[in-house]
Amino acid sequence: MRISMRVNGTEYSREVEARLLLIHFLRDHLGLTGSHWGCDTSNCGACVVWLDDTPVKSCTVLAAMADGRQVLTVEGLERGGELDPVQQGFAECHGLQCGFCTPGMMLTARWLLDQHPDPSDAQIREALSGQICRCTGYENIVRSVRWAAEYEARARAQEIQA
Amino acid sequence: MQVPAYVEYEKATSVEHAIALLARFGPEARILAGGHSLIPMMKLRLAQPETLIDINGLSELCYLRVTGGELCIGAMTRHAQLLDAPVVGQHFAILRDAEMVIADPIVRNWGSVGGSLCQADPSEDLSAAFAALRAILVIQGQDGPRTVSAREFHTGPYETVVAPGELLTEIRIAIRPGGGSAYAKVGRRVGDWAVAAVGAAVWLAGDTIEAAGVGLTAVGARHFVAAEAEEFLTGAPATEESFAQAGQIAAEHCHPSSDQRGPADYKRHLAGELTVRALRRAVRRARGQES
Repeated sequence: MRISMRVNGTEYSREVEARLLLIHFLRDHLGLTGSHWGCDTSNCGACVVWLDDTPVKSCTVLAAMADGRQVLTVEGLERGGELDPVQQGFAECHGLQCGFCTPGMMLTARWLLDQHPDPSDAQIREALSGQICRCTGYENIVRSVRWAAEYEARARAQEIQA
Repeated sequence: MQVPAYVEYEKATSVEHAIALLARFGPEARILAGGHSLIPMMKLRLAQPETLIDINGLSELCYLRVTGGELCIGAMTRHAQLLDAPVVGQHFAILRDAEMVIADPIVRNWGSVGGSLCQADPSEDLSAAFAALRAILVIQGQDGPRTVSAREFHTGPYETVVAPGELLTEIRIAIRPGGGSAYAKVGRRVGDWAVAAVGAAVWLAGDTIEAAGVGLTAVGARHFVAAEAEEFLTGAPATEESFAQAGQIAAEHCHPSSDQRGPADYKRHLAGELTVRALRRAVRRARGQES
């Protein structure tokens, strides 16, 4: 079957089998290997991407289900050569060790901050609770998200002043 | 690498279209809602449908509204939408309680309420919650809609009364005054299936329990209901003694089995204790002492 979707702002159309999972479509058919394929059982969250406006576990979504929709992957987080504040936060606060869980963590963090620009640590932990960091670097991941929230709050304040 | 077996795929554009597709592709076709139960089962070959009929595009099945004294929930409402809707928490806190402990926030974004019910996993949380609330489920087929009680919906593990060619479209719950409800769950870790869980709904007249619903998850209760405990509670005073007795009755009459989540006697103990906790909280909510 032929499916079409907009991934990180670019329109793609491909012939696929209906049983193809979204994570494999992104990685193997589009070459977008930033999204990681982890547990395959919707537990670990390494494969989290946005489907339209919400993060989903793309190992448990068929590529066909994304037909006609928009997808955002970690490759689409940066804008015009500048890293998203969430990405900057992970760099600043050592939010990754091996980096395997990082793309999914960052996409969920972006979603959280879009909804709750000033989340509590508890809200950050709850939002990320479906994602596993096997390096157990959770403290720094929470710090990274917190850093991004504060960075964006400062940016907003400066915008208002200007 | 786990991938589903070869399958045909059709995208439904309306409820009528979905039903027509079900008729066309026969009993080996399956409705694909959020897919967060079906796709994992297909990966493991526990489910091997010939055709998937994708209803994710049916926005007409994605709603939460109060009409005619009932809360109506479209079958394609996502778990996150049920959790976040103030109208749900206001009338039926049990659903908010249950949703908060279903899987994780990302799974709740895409998994659907109707899909969970139709999956009919014995450890699924909403089945007991809707049973406690005596919800009515609307099932649509080629001959139009029919309704069935949430208490008659399940015919066994992974089995429901939804026949080939039919589609669950709506869940309805009557809003009655004096009501309060709560859900209490014990899992091995955050986001896991229940070791055991209990949903309680009460309707008070003064200090008397006028009506009660007690739903049990993952402990082998017929139709997810603790009928004997409900019978005891009807007309009983809303006191700690009543809750304790109801818990004991619920524990005695359920049929948990030992598995990797725990031994049967532990689950039976949980059924009793969680019944007490859920009832206590439901009564506090009915009295307006807790939101």
